Amino acid sequence: MTNLKGHAVTARPPLWSYWVVLPGFVLFWALIAWLIQSPLLPTPLQVLDTVIREATAGDLWHHLGATFGRVAVAFVLAMSLGTVIGVGMGRSATTNALFDPLLVLLLNLPALVTIILMYVWFGLVEVAAIMAVVINKVPNVAVTVREGARSLDYRLEEMASVYEFTRWQRFREVWVPQLFPYLMAATRGGLALIWKIVLVVELLGRSSGVGFQLHLAFQVFDVATILAYSLAFIAVVQLIELTILQPLERRSSRWRQPEAAHA
Amino acid sequence: MLELRIAGRDFGQPVLGEIFATVERGDRICLLGPSGIGKTTLLNAIAGLDKSIPQEAIIGRDKLRVGYLFQEHRLLPWRTLSANLQLAGATPQEAENHLASVGLKGYGHYLPDQLSLGMARRAALARCLAVKPDLLLLDEPFASLDPVMAGELKVLIAGILDANPGMAMICVTHDGGDAEILANRLWYLDGKPARLQWDDVVGEAGLIDGLLGRLRRLDLADS
Repeated sequence: MTNLKGHAVTARPPLWSYWVVLPGFVLFWALIAWLIQSPLLPTPLQVLDTVIREATAGDLWHHLGATFGRVAVAFVLAMSLGTVIGVGMGRSATTNALFDPLLVLLLNLPALVTIILMYVWFGLVEVAAIMAVVINKVPNVAVTVREGARSLDYRLEEMASVYEFTRWQRFREVWVPQLFPYLMAATRGGLALIWKIVLVVELLGRSSGVGFQLHLAFQVFDVATILAYSLAFIAVVQLIELTILQPLERRSSRWRQPEAAHA
Repeated sequence: MLELRIAGRDFGQPVLGEIFATVERGDRICLLGPSGIGKTTLLNAIAGLDKSIPQEAIIGRDKLRVGYLFQEHRLLPWRTLSANLQLAGATPQEAENHLASVGLKGYGHYLPDQLSLGMARRAALARCLAVKPDLLLLDEPFASLDPVMAGELKVLIAGILDANPGMAMICVTHDGGDAEILANRLWYLDGKPARLQWDDVVGEAGLIDGLLGRLRRLDLADS
C-alpha cells in the first residue's frame, strides 16, 4: 500500500528475514508432514515433485495460462472502466450523484453472488466469467480513482489553462502523474482481488484454469496438487509484482526523490 | 490593447465591484491594495481563469499571449525545467535561452523540487517568457524571498521590461517600494466591494513620492 503521497507506508523488512522465515516455514512443514505421515499433508518434496510432473506434462502451463489470460482481460476492462467512472465522479457532482448509490450497492455485493448470477443468466461461458470479475472489481477502482480525481491540484489546472495546454497535454502531463499513485493502489488492490475471484469463477463454471484444477483435486482430496498449483500461482503473482509493478512504481516516482537539493 | 469592463463579482470571496480600466502596450502597472481585497482575484480574472467573470468583460484578452507568474512556481514537479518551458511553447533551444536569461543557465535538466524558492520562481518567470508574452502578470513576485534575492529578481524583471518595450505588465504587490522600481502606472484596489480607487500614470519622481506618501498614510490608517 502507498499513502497519498505515494511513499511506502510499511517499510519492507530486511531481505534476510525472507531467507530465514520462509525456509524455516518449509522445514516446519516438512517436520509436521514427516510426523503425521498422511496423504492429506504431503511433504514439500512431494509437492515439488507434483509441480515438476504437472509442468513437464504441460498441464500446469495450460491452466496457469488460462487463468492468467482471464486475469489480464478482466484487469484491463475493470481498470479502464473504473478509471473513467472514477475520474467522472471525482470531477462532476452529477456523475457522482448518479454512480455513488450504485457503488454502495456493488461494493457490498458478495463476489460469489455476482458470479452465480452471471452464470445463471448467461450460462457457463467465458464472457459471463469475465463479466463477473469485472463487475466485482470496477467499484473498487472507481472509488480509489475518485479520491485521486478529487485531489487533483486546481493550481496546476489554472497553470495549464494559462499556458494553453492541449487536452492531451493536460491529460498526459497534469492528470496522469497526479492520478498515478491512485492508479497504482487500484492496480495492486485490483490484481490481488481479481486473482482470487478468477479462481472462484473457474471453480464454479470453467473447464480450465487453476481454479478448475483445484476443484478437481478437491474432489479426490489430492492435497499435493492443490498445494502445487497454489505455489505456482503465488510464484506467478510475485513475478508480476517484481518484474512489472515495482519497476513501474520506481520509474514513475523518480521525480519525488531529488538527488541534490539546492537550497 | 486590453480593456476591463468587469461588472462585478459577487460570487464567493472576495467581492469585486465594477472595474473599468484599459491596459496599453508598455504599461507597467503595479496593483496595490490591502491583503485579501481581491488583487489576485482581479489578476485571475484578467488571465481568464475566473469562470464567474464573463469573457466579454476582458476585451482583447483572447488576442494576447499572457505569461502568468503565480505566487507558487506551479511548474510540473515531474518534468524538468526545460520540459516545463517546452510545454509552454518554447523549443528546446529557446527553453535553454530563457533559462539562461533568468540566471539558470545549465539548469534545464533539473526538476523543480531540486531548486530553492528563489530559483524556482525565476524558472517560472522563464516559463512566462517562453510564451513570448504581450502581457506579463506577476502575483507578488517578491513574497517570501530574502531581501537580496528579491532585489535580484526586481532587477531581472526591470531588465526584461526594458528589453521588451511593447510588453505590458501587471504586478500585484503589497510594497510601494516595488512600484518605485517597476511601475509607470499604479492601480490601487480597495473598498467593499473592491474597486480601483486610483489609476494613476506615474510620470516623474515627484509624483511617485506623492503617491507613495498617500499610500503610506492609507496603510497607517488601515493598521
